[in-house]
Amino acid sequence: MSNLKYDVIVVGAGPAGLAAATVLAKAGVKVVVVERGQFAGSKNVMGGVFYSDCMKGIIDDFPGKAPVERHIIDQRVWLLDKDSFVGFNHKNELFNKKPYNCHTVFRAKFDSWFAKQAADAGALIITRTLAKEAIIENNKIVGIKTGRPDGDIKADCVIIADGVNSLLAKSLGFRKEIKRESVALAVKEVIGLDEKIINERFNVKSGEGVTIEVTGNFFNGEAMAFIYTNKKSISLGVGMVVEDLVKNKINPNDLMESFKAHPSVVPLIDGGETKEYLAHLIPEGGYKDMPKLVGNGVMIAGDAAMMVDAIHREGSNLAVTSGKLAAETYLEAAKTGDFSEKSLSLYEKKKLKESFVIKDLKKYKGVPSLLQHNKRLLQQYPKLINNAAYEILNVNGISKNDKEKLLWKNMKSQIGVSNLIKDLFKLWRNVG
Amino acid sequence: MHALVFIKQVPDASQVRINYETGTLIREGVPAILNPYEVHAVEEAVKIKQKFGGKVTILTMGPLQAADALKECLSRGADKGYLLSDRIFAGSDTLATSYALYEGAKKIIELEGEIDFFFAGKQAIDGDTAQTGPGIATRFNIPLVTYLTKLDEVNLEEKYVVATRLTEFGQETLKVPIPVFFTVEESLNILSHSPLPWLVKAAQSKIEILSGENVDLDKNQCGLRNSPTIVKKAFTPEKKQRGATLTGTFDEVVDQAAEKVAPFLNNIL
Repeated sequence: MSNLKYDVIVVGAGPAGLAAATVLAKAGVKVVVVERGQFAGSKNVMGGVFYSDCMKGIIDDFPGKAPVERHIIDQRVWLLDKDSFVGFNHKNELFNKKPYNCHTVFRAKFDSWFAKQAADAGALIITRTLAKEAIIENNKIVGIKTGRPDGDIKADCVIIADGVNSLLAKSLGFRKEIKRESVALAVKEVIGLDEKIINERFNVKSGEGVTIEVTGNFFNGEAMAFIYTNKKSISLGVGMVVEDLVKNKINPNDLMESFKAHPSVVPLIDGGETKEYLAHLIPEGGYKDMPKLVGNGVMIAGDAAMMVDAIHREGSNLAVTSGKLAAETYLEAAKTGDFSEKSLSLYEKKKLKESFVIKDLKKYKGVPSLLQHNKRLLQQYPKLINNAAYEILNVNGISKNDKEKLLWKNMKSQIGVSNLIKDLFKLWRNVG
Repeated sequence: MHALVFIKQVPDASQVRINYETGTLIREGVPAILNPYEVHAVEEAVKIKQKFGGKVTILTMGPLQAADALKECLSRGADKGYLLSDRIFAGSDTLATSYALYEGAKKIIELEGEIDFFFAGKQAIDGDTAQTGPGIATRFNIPLVTYLTKLDEVNLEEKYVVATRLTEFGQETLKVPIPVFFTVEESLNILSHSPLPWLVKAAQSKIEILSGENVDLDKNQCGLRNSPTIVKKAFTPEKKQRGATLTGTFDEVVDQAAEKVAPFLNNIL
């Protein structure tokens, strides 16, 4: 029998786990990270925007030598219709000031870099090893069983950060099977293009980047898409809640193909060569779907805890922050050596609650079900808005007054005044 | 018993694409892995160690990131990893690589003692030449068993092995004196699941870096300048089209076939 014993076991080498491990290792805690993939980042996917602020207190002078692609200075939103979009954007020179607000990153590279920082700080990173279940003694988690011979590891505390499918959170009964309406399946394609061409097409200089978030009736109001610029490639993604994929019998690859063929997208990716194709689940259930976060000897962070703010495409920063807070909670608890649920509840009741993580998730807690149950919001309105823009801008001899009347008539017949009031009110209550 | 396994870190071939314009491999973003044949070479060396005792040393040549591949070997039960890394080796073909690894291996004999078994994969999945292993064996002037599929017997006292290798015509079983050099097939063994403590030990281990300075080198045999191989073009062979299936009665099928063949015959006759 092996006698592997550490202060803390972190399960999963993603942003949440590596943030926790780095903070702990820097504080001199004996910490081991157990990762299922070939290397940290090998199984990890996200759209690509990583916010810098969350790295404060974890990595000095971030990004430093971290493998980041472009810092984002121009953020656009498109409401996409069949042949058109209505968009708005915000480009600001303030986003060109260091420290940069956010960068596009490739997770395979970024997470391996982050793992290296954790290892350099003294954390032990074990890859190719699956954490199968928790070892429980006297109603307290005292370690984990891995899929390997002699594979038990003991610890005072386990931080679970094994991602959206969290085996451990499930095996502990902290959360139920994921509901189909709580997760989105996103596919992503990386299209290689010359750096200069990207700069010209997106009207930026080298190093500067653009993000475009896309929704609207083009996807029948049920999918979200994005276009992000990297140094020498563009990431395109489309995601749809699994329930809707099943209900509509849609394959996400077909969504991607139709997105790539849209007349507003074609000129951006023309001549590019597909370099990578990826897919991943995104927990979008938000606050209402969060599992139990703390138990005797255990805390849960990141995607495993459903910490994704889908409205603002934020997830990795919530993961990093929750990982950091879990680590800080451990350091507090270590002062008394009490790792009971009561002692560790500091993580949920105070640290997370006072951070933006829970505040944001709570603020938008109604949005996932609002969008799920009120498809009109992303189906009919974007279409009306596109039509309105076209009517107003297309000069064809009809007076502006008559055009406005026509548009209002269309709105009344397609949506209705009472629905409009209800929708505005619900939106205001859930998002405002 | 002392086994030395030569390994190579290669791009994961299942994810490699070819740039059709330049004919070169696209390696950007592609994760590097331990050459799959060498995983089996390490496995076999560790099996011998578990039976007879002794140690398994690993040697590779490459950039500093190749240390990851060495650590994987350690996690699979090897004892020590050496990385031969220097700009002087950049651009080496199989001739220059086998020279550099030969000199590296001589250094390892000096540091770690005489070697009974040399192992390498039958080839690397990124180049597929199958030349580097035999190149090293030839420089050492020791018996070489390529395409090893089974190690039937190891006799350390009488210093021989009985080994089966794959040939173009079937299998061949040979009795060979030690020291011996093997290049191995994947069918040689079934990979075992390393115990967790091995992974912990590997993660904590340090890889020894050998630079050009540490090794007794003839610089006129190193690097791109001394690599006579020139890659003129790399391409994926065109896919052969599947034959068409003709249906109908015998006469109809004959007619259809004749009409399809006639244009070609017209050209030739």
